Amino acid sequence: MNSKIKIAKLELRNPVVTASGTFGYGKEFSEIIDLKDIGAVITKTITVYPREGNPAPRIVETPSGMINSIGLENKGLDDFLKNKLCSLKKFKTKVIVSIAGFCNEDFIALSKGLNVAGVDALELNLSCPNLNKKIIAQNKKLTSQAVYLVRKYSKKTLIVKLSPNVSDIAEFASVAEDCGADAVSLVNTFYAMAIDIGRKKPALGNIIGGLSGPAIKPIALKMVFDVFKKVKIPIIASGGIADVKDALEFIMAGASVVSAGSINFVNTTSCVEIAKGINRYLDKNKIKTLKQIIGCAHEKKN
Amino acid sequence: MPEMKIINKKYRVLENKKIASNRFMMKLAVCKSFLKICKPGQFIHIKVSDSLDPFLRRPISIHKVNASSIDIIYDVKGKGTTILSSKKKNSFLDIVGPLGNGFNLNNNKNKIPKILIAGGMGAAPLVFLAQRFKKPKGLVLIGARTKKEVVCKHEFKKIGCSVKIATDDGTEGIKGSVVELFKRVITSVENKAKVEIFACGPEVMLKSLKNILKANRLDAQVSLENFMGCGIGVCLGCAVKTESGYKRVCKDGPVFKLSEVF
Repeated sequence: MNSKIKIAKLELRNPVVTASGTFGYGKEFSEIIDLKDIGAVITKTITVYPREGNPAPRIVETPSGMINSIGLENKGLDDFLKNKLCSLKKFKTKVIVSIAGFCNEDFIALSKGLNVAGVDALELNLSCPNLNKKIIAQNKKLTSQAVYLVRKYSKKTLIVKLSPNVSDIAEFASVAEDCGADAVSLVNTFYAMAIDIGRKKPALGNIIGGLSGPAIKPIALKMVFDVFKKVKIPIIASGGIADVKDALEFIMAGASVVSAGSINFVNTTSCVEIAKGINRYLDKNKIKTLKQIIGCAHEKKN
Repeated sequence: MPEMKIINKKYRVLENKKIASNRFMMKLAVCKSFLKICKPGQFIHIKVSDSLDPFLRRPISIHKVNASSIDIIYDVKGKGTTILSSKKKNSFLDIVGPLGNGFNLNNNKNKIPKILIAGGMGAAPLVFLAQRFKKPKGLVLIGARTKKEVVCKHEFKKIGCSVKIATDDGTEGIKGSVVELFKRVITSVENKAKVEIFACGPEVMLKSLKNILKANRLDAQVSLENFMGCGIGVCLGCAVKTESGYKRVCKDGPVFKLSEVF
């Protein structure tokens, strides 16, 4: 039984990673679980310069999920290199750094700045819904420009995180593939809102946010299924994964790697449980490698 | 001081009883290490259900510590607390905690006068604080809408605190807000600068308290409440604006200096 996965230069010991923004930079969860037991940590997104983030309230619970509007609060690239990367290196797991930029210079600075030891891959977050501007991954030209730049300046494995807030996400996956992405990551959160009827106002300080959690799982699953049909590069799937059954559904739809997000808030050991559960499933069904079931729900792919 | 690690365990419910029309007290058997590290002002993050709806954990402050258990008090407000109120004796609850930065007790010396200001359910965590006080145990000002909603009066008295009440409708104590009561109390205090002030309650109360304290050149340690995602500092969902940018209620707080927030 083998659940190892390789994406370009990135070798994962198992196919479970942490969705960006739900795991910080690993430190807090390292006190609860052994990060050796998961495939990789995908960090909270960093930008070149520090960002204060969006006004409070920033989260609201919804049926089987939550809406967040954090707004990429982070301390910037320099702080990451100086204060976060050293502790991440100690966790004996792979480190995928999530990055977001607002102009060409940002993408170049982040790519060059992160060409350092200890960074195993980049996840280019083109799909944050909380920036009060159009999402890059809603525009093919901007998407290709960003992917092209990071590909050009980064020596690391490149994963591109796509937005579900488009009519055909597979087309965007295709753009990323054409511009040199090693993998695509989907989905980011869905545009959403809630209204506080007591205050008669939007529940979130920034009015709209992104919906995550089990509520979005079936929609995300369908998107992974669609993207698998369209591209040849591996898919890192996220969207409401709560247990091993969900993870296996995404793998059978076409994901090579699954990413647990909001569930980390609820079940602090979920990543480890999902990783163990996948191995148990493979063992029990006498499946030698994970690859045998990736996309197996499709009619045979030529 | 070595940083404490986050504990995530299942604890047994020893008691879960109704103490007022919509209010419950739950007693939880906790491990020794929990009792050793927990501090007043800290909270626990409770998984109320094994289903995925309601999705998030519920943060509830520690009300009291006993020899081998802790007490929490909660109002039944929505889905999560309704489920919590149905928990039977001897069932187990998945809990992360104790979490957050509690009250700073560096100045907890004998003879230091203390005033505790509680608005509504804000009284709950202040009982644990008073448990840890050296003598004198302090003066507690409790505010509530009406007599029936006055929280923890007898518990404060049992600990040895003196208690004054303010109710909006005047059914107990003075008629008016707890901040008005504080205003009266503080004018008769001789050495104001020496008094340590602690508060917990709704935002409107804390904001009006802030104005009074400012006029008297005083400050207070306040415990804030917020919706939370993770409870351990990773999601940045419970941010509050402070003098030095956004801070996380769950990790940087829930206790802040009142002069730094709102």
